[in-house]
Amino acid sequence: MNAPAGRRGPGLAVIIGALCFLGFLALLFYGVNQSGRGDREALPSPLIGKPAPEFALPLLHEPGRLVTSQELLDAPYLLNVWGSWCPECRVEHPVMTRFALTKRVRVLGYNLKDEPEDALRWLEQFGNPYMLVLTDRDGRAAIDWGIYGAPETFLVDAKGIVRWKHVGALDDTIIDGELLPLLEQLEAGK
Amino acid sequence: MSRAAHWALACALAFGPVLALAPAGTATAQASTNVAPLQFRDAAEETRFHHLTSELRCVMCQNQSLADSNAQIAHDLRREVLDLMHQGKSDDEVVAFLVARYGEFVRYKPAVEPATWLLWFGPALLLLGGGIAVARVVRARSRREVPAPSEDQEW
Repeated sequence: MNAPAGRRGPGLAVIIGALCFLGFLALLFYGVNQSGRGDREALPSPLIGKPAPEFALPLLHEPGRLVTSQELLDAPYLLNVWGSWCPECRVEHPVMTRFALTKRVRVLGYNLKDEPEDALRWLEQFGNPYMLVLTDRDGRAAIDWGIYGAPETFLVDAKGIVRWKHVGALDDTIIDGELLPLLEQLEAGK
Repeated sequence: MSRAAHWALACALAFGPVLALAPAGTATAQASTNVAPLQFRDAAEETRFHHLTSELRCVMCQNQSLADSNAQIAHDLRREVLDLMHQGKSDDEVVAFLVARYGEFVRYKPAVEPATWLLWFGPALLLLGGGIAVARVVRARSRREVPAPSEDQEW
């Protein structure tokens, strides 16, 4: 061994190297840990804290009537994106139904890229928990919402500001842990 | 009849029925998936469109570009991008439109801003740090006297 003469201890370079290595190791663990999240591919919505997009969409049960974003102001609402083509929506449906029955907040359906007959049949089969169901057949308005699939759920406050978004099926943990505290916060701020 | 003409005739006889059937087959597939191909006004527009969509990331299948992806939302967003181009929007405006709705994520080249400084300049910083470290080590070693080869070292 040719140990350098006049060197004390392990040397600064070695310590820095070890720290770098530990840093990278920590990053690796963080990454591996994050990849275990169920919603790891969910994109954070840039709409949060911003006004919900303006829209005028026909109702599923009353195709002649357009509902506008303006009409929905003055009370918060939950907007649940679904389609009869979406298997995950079927999983979410009982959870959404139970939540809607608590009448905590208005729950609106957003029927995305669906045939009206299919959508109506789906609601007949599984029950309709929605106060009203907006339809977006070509998915054009959905782009303004940043919707890229179903199920997705938005919480919009009384002033029309998007407060929260969840990508994927809602479950009781998310409702209790995220949605309900946020609703309480909204009501406290009023 | 020449040799080439013989071959052409043989090929026409062999593949003629297949070619006749092919358009019918694709037509039904198109109808069932209901995806109309995009109409470009000219080649320049098509080139611009392909360049733009290859720099945008598909939101659904996150390791593909908007140009490559076959997801439904990618079809819809491509149509939207072309519509915006037809409205006379610049490339930056099209990107800004999508970023406002789907977030920075849609860009393969994120904007240079405080939140992305580490992303943009981190590698250069690491390289610089490594370079300084190597330079120091090399300088320290060159200053040191080369130890005389020990006598018991045999190669």
